[in-house]
Amino acid sequence: MKIAIASGKGGTGKTFVATNIFYALLKNNHSVVLVDCDAEAPDSIGFFRTKIENSFDVVQKVPVIDLNSCTYCSKCKDYCNYNAIFILPPIKFIQVIEELCHGCGACSVACTFGAIKEKPVSLGKVNTYILNGKNQLIEACMNIGVMSPVQIIKAAIKEINYKYDIAVLDSPPGTSCPFIHTTAAADFVILVTEPTPFGLSDLKQSVETLKEMNKKFGVIINRAGLGNNDVYKYIKYENIPLLLEIPFDKEIAALYSAGIIVSEYYSEIRKNFYEMTKKIMEQYGNCGD
Amino acid sequence: MEIAVISGKGGTGKSCISAAFATQEKKVLIADCDVDAANLYLLFKPTIEYKEVYIAGYKAVINYERCTNCGKCIDYCRFDSIHKENGKVTISEILCDGCSLCSRICPENAIEMLQNNKSRMFSGSFRNGKMVYGRLAPGEENSGKLVNIVRQKAKQVAEENNLEIVILDGPPGIGCPVISTITGVDKVIIITEPTISGFRDLQRTLEVVKKFNLECCMIINKFDLNKKMSIYISKRCKEIGINVTDYLPFDVQVVEAMVNCKSITEWNPELVISKRLKKIWNDIISKNN
Repeated sequence: MKIAIASGKGGTGKTFVATNIFYALLKNNHSVVLVDCDAEAPDSIGFFRTKIENSFDVVQKVPVIDLNSCTYCSKCKDYCNYNAIFILPPIKFIQVIEELCHGCGACSVACTFGAIKEKPVSLGKVNTYILNGKNQLIEACMNIGVMSPVQIIKAAIKEINYKYDIAVLDSPPGTSCPFIHTTAAADFVILVTEPTPFGLSDLKQSVETLKEMNKKFGVIINRAGLGNNDVYKYIKYENIPLLLEIPFDKEIAALYSAGIIVSEYYSEIRKNFYEMTKKIMEQYGNCGD
Repeated sequence: MEIAVISGKGGTGKSCISAAFATQEKKVLIADCDVDAANLYLLFKPTIEYKEVYIAGYKAVINYERCTNCGKCIDYCRFDSIHKENGKVTISEILCDGCSLCSRICPENAIEMLQNNKSRMFSGSFRNGKMVYGRLAPGEENSGKLVNIVRQKAKQVAEENNLEIVILDGPPGIGCPVISTITGVDKVIIITEPTISGFRDLQRTLEVVKKFNLECCMIINKFDLNKKMSIYISKRCKEIGINVTDYLPFDVQVVEAMVNCKSITEWNPELVISKRLKKIWNDIISKNN
């Protein structure tokens, strides 16, 4: 079963939840995979002492124009939906703006003069690590300035090739394409929020999106005790399961800040994460794998 | 003068700090460039004086009255978004990138491209001046284009109203939306927190900022949650030639202020954090004059 950990708002504790679930299951002798899909700011793997097993580039094809064959007909520009081809026929100037190219190949299809070849360009890396010989950790890491992390996220999720009971997908923040591609791969989504107006507003947006996607999901309220009750009222009204509450605690914040898995120190927290995940597996684990 | 507030990691306090700075000025323009999770409007409750539809690309849709199920589109799609489901050619709305190639090569003209037209840009007034913000609809691509539109509008509104200071509340990450936020600004304020994740993301953010050769000022927020880590970050930054400008303490009053739709400096100007923010802002403004 695949579980995605997501939230509209950044910094609500996605990575905290993902790494603790991974650890709690590990300690209870489950085979677990952790995929860090937050390709712009991947932070999950650093919590575990592992060695890199494999690393490869995720590439996209971008057009290269053969100026000897190009007739400056502009058909490639007309086919490009991303404004990645700049052309001035009167002065015979044509340029590919690689940063805008999505690698769809439309320009190659458009060109009837054989003037477009393609070359691979790196978007980022997928790094894989193995823990205790059987648990896989996968990290999506986007190069700076790349248009979209989606291709890297897809490649990272594809890399899951160990047998597992649970694969935990640590999602990027927001509800745009990167969030959709991560949660679409999951059987269940855990939304992590905090009881503040910003947390609630972004939670609502995530909930609406997951409903449209027909996904099953529940909510973890992190830093409980801060803010107000509006988040509780909302999830009660919407009939969304409250999976877990994590109280705001400076001790927890301090441990986490030093790169320590809090479940390693507090068996109570580890137990809570384990029992929550077990319940999710029992209730929702029969769909998919 | 345009000042951008960014951070690699989400939830470090960008919006709360931007709000505190904005409410130091009697007349200011604030633009929320975190279009994927816009939150500042919740605090400032701006009037809406202008609204614009933002077209975030296209989605391919099959007209089954024309489709002969030939599957040519499947061969051409590079996003793996077209499959035969129960023998019928089907396009996945999630995987479709909107390149239009399928619609162009379809021999039956059976594929239509529909606009993604649910995203919006708003402009209006709030208690300390003018506000511009964008809201990206869930599932749409955050390419940085909507951020550009927000910034263009912000510039125009600032000029029309003789507002000298423009504050840009940035998105998390290191991708296109961040680059669109900081391109051409006069100053960047980087917010980090004393966690390993915060530091790792900060390093990637600094790489982005370096490319633009921008004047930057760095703040460690919630520094007292892990003082050791704060000192470590500050030392490491010094090594690469960046000084930490200031340290802000953790204060639950920040959340209280947010619940009451106030910036922390409006909520209680006597707090240590409020006084520090006031001083930081005055230094930033006076240095530029």
